[in-house]
Amino acid sequence: MIPPRFDYTRPATLAEAVGILAADEDAKVLAGGQSLLPLLRFRLASPTSVVDLGAIAGLRGVADEGGHVRVGALTTHYEVVNDPLIAAHCGLLAQATRTVADPAVRHRGTIGGSMAHADPAGDLPAVALALAAEFLVTGPGGDRSVPAAEFFVDYLTTALEPGEVLTAIRIPKLDGWSFHYEKFSRTAQAWAIVGVAAAVRRVNGDITEARVGLTNMGTTPVRADSVESACRGIPAQADAIHEAARSADAEADPPSDLSAQADYRRHLARVLTGRALARAAGS
Amino acid sequence: MTTTPEAPNLGRAQARKEDARLLTGRTNWTDNIRLPGALHVAFVRSPLAHARITGVDYSAALELPGVVAAFSGADFADEQGSLPCAWPVTEDIVTPAHPPMAVDEVRYAGEAVACVVARDAQSAADALEAVDVDYEPLPAVLDMEAALADGADLVHADAGTNRSFLWPLTEGDVDAAFDGADVVVTRRYRQQRLIPAAMEPRAVVCRPEGDSFTLWSATQIPHVLRVMLAMTTGIPEQDIRVIAPDVGGGFGSKLQVTAEEVLALLLARRLGLPVKWTETRSEGFQTTHHGRDQIQDVSIAADADGRIRGLKVDLLADMGAYLMLVTPGVPILGALMFPGIYKMDAYSFSCTGVFTTKMPTDAYRGAGRPEATYAIERIMNELADELGMDPLELRRRNWIAHEEFPYTTIAGLTYDSGNYEAATERAVELFGYSELRAEQERRRAAGDPVQLGIGVSTFTEMCGLAPSRVLGSLRYGAGGWEHASVRMLPTGKVEVVTGSSAHGQGHETAWSQIVADRLGVPFEDIRVLHGDTQVAPRGMDTYGSRSLVVGGTAVVRACDRVVDKARAIAAHMLEAAEEDLEFSGGVFRVRGTERPSATIQEVSLAAFAAHDLPEEMEASLDSEATVDPDDFSYPHGTHLCAVEVDTETGRTRIRSYVAVDDVGTIVNPMIVEGQVHGGLAQGIAQALYEEAVYDTEGNLVTSTMADYLLPSAADLPDFTTDRTVTPSTTNPLGVKGVGEAGTIASTPAVVNAVVDALRPYGVRDVPMPCTPERVWRAVTGVQDNEGAAQ
Ligand SMILES: Cc1cc2nc3c(=O)[nH]c(=O)nc-3n(C[C@H](O)[C@H](O)[C@H](O)COP(=O)(O)OP(=O)(O)OC[C@H]3O[C@@H](n4cnc5c(N)ncnc54)[C@H](O)[C@@H]3O)c2cc1C
Repeated sequence: MIPPRFDYTRPATLAEAVGILAADEDAKVLAGGQSLLPLLRFRLASPTSVVDLGAIAGLRGVADEGGHVRVGALTTHYEVVNDPLIAAHCGLLAQATRTVADPAVRHRGTIGGSMAHADPAGDLPAVALALAAEFLVTGPGGDRSVPAAEFFVDYLTTALEPGEVLTAIRIPKLDGWSFHYEKFSRTAQAWAIVGVAAAVRRVNGDITEARVGLTNMGTTPVRADSVESACRGIPAQADAIHEAARSADAEADPPSDLSAQADYRRHLARVLTGRALARAAGS
Repeated sequence: MTTTPEAPNLGRAQARKEDARLLTGRTNWTDNIRLPGALHVAFVRSPLAHARITGVDYSAALELPGVVAAFSGADFADEQGSLPCAWPVTEDIVTPAHPPMAVDEVRYAGEAVACVVARDAQSAADALEAVDVDYEPLPAVLDMEAALADGADLVHADAGTNRSFLWPLTEGDVDAAFDGADVVVTRRYRQQRLIPAAMEPRAVVCRPEGDSFTLWSATQIPHVLRVMLAMTTGIPEQDIRVIAPDVGGGFGSKLQVTAEEVLALLLARRLGLPVKWTETRSEGFQTTHHGRDQIQDVSIAADADGRIRGLKVDLLADMGAYLMLVTPGVPILGALMFPGIYKMDAYSFSCTGVFTTKMPTDAYRGAGRPEATYAIERIMNELADELGMDPLELRRRNWIAHEEFPYTTIAGLTYDSGNYEAATERAVELFGYSELRAEQERRRAAGDPVQLGIGVSTFTEMCGLAPSRVLGSLRYGAGGWEHASVRMLPTGKVEVVTGSSAHGQGHETAWSQIVADRLGVPFEDIRVLHGDTQVAPRGMDTYGSRSLVVGGTAVVRACDRVVDKARAIAAHMLEAAEEDLEFSGGVFRVRGTERPSATIQEVSLAAFAAHDLPEEMEASLDSEATVDPDDFSYPHGTHLCAVEVDTETGRTRIRSYVAVDDVGTIVNPMIVEGQVHGGLAQGIAQALYEEAVYDTEGNLVTSTMADYLLPSAADLPDFTTDRTVTPSTTNPLGVKGVGEAGTIASTPAVVNAVVDALRPYGVRDVPMPCTPERVWRAVTGVQDNEGAAQ
């Protein structure tokens, strides 16, 4: 498990990092290294140079931006789990992040790395999608913002262009919503076979709005639009919710792999979506 | 377990003296050994399951920085010999040649075809990509039944068959037993392939010293390895020293003579420099021998009242591509254990060893006995269901009663002792068996989507491997004795040299406890030496729960001889007759008098000075003993498992687990507890989590820990453990062995619980591992894309 040779730089500014990346299309950004290092060690990636973002000020931490919470790309999973602003306004993100791997990985891995890596089995992309987060990006051409619905393009592929760095994720505050992240994995530290990020808003015992994002049900995270529509206006009660959840896999195209075949994943998505929504709705 | 004033150490939960260095890693793991000038080896491995090698070109690798040499199998064809199989179980067994580096043909993905040697590990790893190997693909042979069919593609074309051997056994009139039966239950069980996954990867270092060699290896068997290296390479045995430094687990996977060990020796000889190799985790998953992999066809015949009449077992055992050290012996070790703890009139067994293009299988924790125990304990539950009888009641009607010991089983083994009633009674009480059955009824009646299942496993196993005469009769190439020597140093401290080779078991602590009581010296004054053929020249190493039973007995005998010598000198010192001396707590006293006494330390110093020794007495108390056990020992126990199965998702959660084991006398309850916990984890892992999967081309797809699921503490329940103590009568300590018990007992306990939960849905089996998907398919009948309903 010895990685191939590569150059290593640790620029002090974002501009410098973007400069290096723009000049060398085989350079790779290093955040927490929890996904990149395994790839290097298996020799599945062989970048010429690795650009460590760790020394760049301002990429880490959580800020209140009125209607949004801004989470710096280099904020670690551990920090997300323990941040009071996130707890107050984006509890779903904290809950999902708590299920990521083990404490060692959570202390190093970052939210930006998880999003940029775009593993459909990762727990956080589905949350970002369900909550309609926005991705703030800086590249050779300046800054831009990409909505979650456009950020995840394909398996391990995002809308990030060569030379671009993800700097932060802006998440709309979820005040007044209730939520639940339901993860199904074979062992405590394994990746999700299926995960469901669910949030609901209730008025007088009825669900007025629901958001559902699915983990590992396709090559990208999946927004379960059909369930969201089916939930609108139904009573926040188990029977009605489970009925609505029957369309949970409508938008999905799940893979068959070692941990599950597609038909079982579809079944799980329906069951787990029902459970996640029911938990979120307190029923 | 209580200690006594005369024996204050035996039975004490003494903290392990080796743990500080093992847990902090501040010790000599093989990979920590840095020798000046050492070269690093990396292996080019076949990406194909089966192919002819048509060319190996390493010239480009030789050009790379740091690379010193490269070799193909052909470059060593004249000297590398064939990796040994020490257990040819039948006279006409097919044992194909097994070159450490493939020369003409590769027969499993991962087989070594070439190697590069470089100044550092990084350069060696980089150079692998520069070695060009041309292959002409041959058909992969993956399915055992297809492999035995007429016209099947062959793993070894020369052999003309994929069958390695057929090993039959028949006792009693099997036809009569089945013909007259009221009930016959027939099942097919599958022992999936497992990856032992010891915490420390394999590693080897070899240093040439003139014409001789020192080889360090992360091995369980330094002594056997030395003999085999000499026999394989022709290097004289006296010129090879093998050292197993601290070794981080093996579970049987380091009970092997590996290609990399042989090649390290040959490379060191060829290059005249030290060489080193450490496997990567994925390399280890692919090329460290695998475990289990059997198809078991089992039939049991019984009377209507549940009395067992007969048992038939037909096994297909996947050997993989070659026979390694004890590959064919593993299923044969199980042959005698299928009848378990039960009385019956007739038994037949046959095992066919089958070649496939996969990594060879070999010993893995339990080796043959978990497979046997699984089959009998699973089918006992099915028989109970067929008869409408509680599975515990069926067992009570058939097990050997405690007053019937010693008892010779239908398979011909004589179980020396046991008390199945006591262990079961205790387990039932701790488990709350009837309360859980009542809850199960309630949930069934209510149609609860989360069903409760109760699993039973009453098991025994043969340990203390092994009487040499028995091994000989089973055609094993070596004996089963063990050796120990005990040296009293001039200052009264003690060195114990053992032929056992601990790799995590805690022998240094347990042996010290035994010696401390036997010699009456402080526990702290004892040092246990092992794992180096120069320091501990005689030994048979550690596997098969043998070390305490056989090696511990050798330690006891050697201690007794030390005391005998000391007694003679003490008598001389105290001017008394030997018969008048009593020895206790390390002090010789003249019985019934107030006369001066002599401590064993004083005697030791007197022996060293040798100024005034009795006539003909040598100036040493040192003694040794080689012990060949009279018979096996038979630990047993009752394990009960309660699971909750979510029928909507298929998820199984172990709610409670009770293990009551009888491992005879207990030297150190803390070590016993640790062995039971670790064993349970591995047995539960087979039931629920682990499976080595090859794809249709013969590539191992579970090649990382992300795909091969080893459970962690977070996945396991709190274990409730207890013990009954029925000492073994086959050794002076009364011990039976505990290294494998948890693994053997727990797999059927868990699967029996899963199936029990699902019986209302018509489920009679769930193949292992009982993944949520398989459970869901079993419940719903939805077929997978290979057409299996579960
Ligand atoms: C044993 C283990 C188990 C795991 N289990 C889970 C799990 O259950 N659920 C889960 O969600 N995740 C899991 N992970 C992954 C973990 O969450 C990683 O932290 C995450 O995938 C990557 O984050 P990182 O900061 O380590 O990124 P890195 O590994 O440093 O980078 C990952 C990729 O993203 C790119 N990248 C990183 N940051 C940026 C940026 N700011 N801008 C542009 N590109 C960037 C890198 O170039 C690289 O391609 C696991 C990881 C391990 C090692």
